[in-house]
Amino acid sequence: MSLLVESSKAPPRMPSYLEAGHTVRSWLFTLDHKRIGILYMAAITVFFSIAASAAALMRIELLTPAGDVVTSETYNRLFTMHGVLMVWFFLIPSIPSVLGNFIIPLMIGARDVAFPRLNLLSWYLFMAGGILATYSIVAGGVDTGWTFYTPYSSTYSNGHVMAMAAGVFIAGFSSIATGLNFIVTIHKLRAPGLTWTRLPLFLWSMYATSIILVLATPVLAITLVLMAMERLWGVGIFDPKLGGDPLLFQHLFWFYSHPAVYIMILPGMGVVSETLAAFARKPVFGYRVVAASSMAIAILGFLVWGHHMFVSSQSVYAGVVFSLLSFLVAVPSAIKVFSWTATLYRGHITFETPMLYALGFIGLFTVGGLTGIFLASLAVDVHVHDTYFVIAHFHYIMVGGMVMAYMGGLHYWWPKISGRLYHEWTARIAALITFIGFNLTFFPQFVLGYLGMPRRYHMYPEQFQTLNVLSTAGASILAVGYALPLFYLGWSFFFGRRAGPNPWGATGLEWKTASPAPEHNFETTPVVTTGAYAYDAEGNP
Amino acid sequence: MHSAAPAKTTLFATYFALIALLALSAAAAKWQIGPLWNLFIALGIAAVKTALVFLVFMQLRYQRGLVRVFALAGFLWLAISGVLTFSDYLTRGWTP
Amino acid sequence: MNDALSHPAAPPYVDRDQHSVANHLGMWTFLATEILFFGGLFTGYTVLRWAHPHAFAEGSRHLEFWIGTANTAVLLTSSLFVALADLAIKRDDRRAARRHLVAAGLLGAAFLGLKGFEYFQKFQEHLVPGSGFDAHGAQPALQLFFFLYFLMTGLHALHMLFGLGAIGWLLRQIGRGAVSRERPDAVAIVGLYWHFVDCVWIFLYPLLYLIGG
Ligand SMILES: [Cu+2]
Repeated sequence: MSLLVESSKAPPRMPSYLEAGHTVRSWLFTLDHKRIGILYMAAITVFFSIAASAAALMRIELLTPAGDVVTSETYNRLFTMHGVLMVWFFLIPSIPSVLGNFIIPLMIGARDVAFPRLNLLSWYLFMAGGILATYSIVAGGVDTGWTFYTPYSSTYSNGHVMAMAAGVFIAGFSSIATGLNFIVTIHKLRAPGLTWTRLPLFLWSMYATSIILVLATPVLAITLVLMAMERLWGVGIFDPKLGGDPLLFQHLFWFYSHPAVYIMILPGMGVVSETLAAFARKPVFGYRVVAASSMAIAILGFLVWGHHMFVSSQSVYAGVVFSLLSFLVAVPSAIKVFSWTATLYRGHITFETPMLYALGFIGLFTVGGLTGIFLASLAVDVHVHDTYFVIAHFHYIMVGGMVMAYMGGLHYWWPKISGRLYHEWTARIAALITFIGFNLTFFPQFVLGYLGMPRRYHMYPEQFQTLNVLSTAGASILAVGYALPLFYLGWSFFFGRRAGPNPWGATGLEWKTASPAPEHNFETTPVVTTGAYAYDAEGNP
Repeated sequence: MHSAAPAKTTLFATYFALIALLALSAAAAKWQIGPLWNLFIALGIAAVKTALVFLVFMQLRYQRGLVRVFALAGFLWLAISGVLTFSDYLTRGWTP
Repeated sequence: MNDALSHPAAPPYVDRDQHSVANHLGMWTFLATEILFFGGLFTGYTVLRWAHPHAFAEGSRHLEFWIGTANTAVLLTSSLFVALADLAIKRDDRRAARRHLVAAGLLGAAFLGLKGFEYFQKFQEHLVPGSGFDAHGAQPALQLFFFLYFLMTGLHALHMLFGLGAIGWLLRQIGRGAVSRERPDAVAIVGLYWHFVDCVWIFLYPLLYLIGG
């Protein structure tokens, strides 16, 4: 294995996107998709840090059975803040808005996304939403949980629900703008010869994600409007006393929020397909089926939302239907895992950092997905509903899956973003620390949940302490794993060794142009003549 | 893309059809044959009107397949939300 | 190098036709999001009407049948004018295009005027939810009907206001020659939006005004 397959001797004839302007203005008013990606990266790193601090406080509180660090009121506000920021201000924009923005036009051989102005607008909407949400937190926070269930949010909350909901509402339009942009970009701006069956799988998964962004997010927007009206005027649309129905809120909310779970995993699956092919030096096994499974997940994901409402007063017959449909989603998800495993078989595997994250993803996603099947079974769900089992399940998907994939993708495309390499061994160790810390944090929570510890309480019975201490210890290890990249990637950005155009020797148009990418991406429009992942038997591109 | 567009006569013919349908639905509302029938007639006429606007005014007739798929997707997803939501409401009264 | 403002990233398109196709696809995608935005409300409406058919029929009888019907006719006519403007710009008749757009805009304003008048009436009859609502002895669910009535027509009116702004912008662009036979796209794109908002009303009309029977 050689890291530097091609040296960076040939001087780039076009200035890189980083050299094209150094003023603050040149960043804040840029229409360049790569710079907008970087703006998103800066923003979500801040939101991630705030949300992670909330989680750290919660883990400290849960070290001991007594509620001694924060009051239950504060604890409610902490988990709401953690959930809202992580979901809407980190996970949903993470791979799509940062890596997607940066890489999609490069991958399809285009100069930019279809609507560059809309792209910049979407970042400003995101920031406006983020500032409103931060204001809501600084002003005292919200105690409803990230789901804004009525009547918590409409009648009983004494928090700053309106500001938080307005923030999420506005950030939603940023999601819609990004999704719309990607859909049109992938349809209309592909380089000559780049047919749908030659499209890298990352693009398939981003296309599927964009469809969810565009078709689900508007329903969240209108749901939040209804909730806000209910809070302001109490007309009773969700209040049975006045003829309304609280479950109507849950139906509308989960019509968005279950598909939103796939916004938080499909992009990660795309990153994993890219990295596995690059570091096993083989085409992804069953390319067409993997591409189709992304679309299947996106579409089936809209049919299963009722599995969040098994123990509400939803009709049991609807519960049976939603449970069966939820099982169906397991099929395309499993197809992906099998295909990734088959891709590794007899590959020329090397274990660079992105590969470590991708392998971690596969294992953790499988655990998260399988426990999802448990939860989709009506009877089991009655037992583990609203316990730490649920918490562990979706953190295996969202943190073990999506955050691992985001870190993997960030390392994989880092040379294209910064033009430099990071210190490989430090990065490998950080990936390992993350993996260990993650499992130590969340595996005990499966057990806790199965034993019956409910979520959203700041105290618990004595017998749960050992597992909670383990979990908190894991969280501190996880924190180290997340903090390390800040340092070595930051160092690499300024002092790292220069990367050539294609340090991994990977296929894909993004590796055919200089690193960091030139301002206009390509000197001449590339022409594609082969499918994605065209490695020969020796694993050469 | 803009080679084929509806002619002026087509636009006017569509317009008069829309006004006629409006008159029809206003008249049908006054002719009472049970609330459910009235609702279905009114919504049926609205669907025909929307189809006319989409096909002629919004030129869906002249667009390529892709745009038609996107135009239909919104309605299809709305149908998903309606059907699955009502799979709950309509079966709540059933006793196991 | 240069400031990004003075050198905006070149549009990513190779030719005008590709740009036009992308614009249309983008607008249609946006309209799909609009269908689901209003769709959430339609779902809510359906659930509540299913639960309270009598209160909703009662509510419908409180609305002015003639205003709803007249407003539908006004909007359909405005849509015709927008379609005619699109035809005119493609035939290089900029004056006719502007004339048609002015007519469409005036009709849109007339719609909002009638709507405002109806709102005022409801206010006088104490049928505005949340501010001294008086059910006039009917079921309390009457308030839900009026809540949905105001929210649905209000959001629709908000979309009309955006549409009026877009028509104003178009008039200016055509006047400056930035929209012309060579670059007619903007008229069709704004037109798509205008027609769509019209279609929302085509459904609001029966759901709100015609279910009193
Ligand atoms: Cu779900």
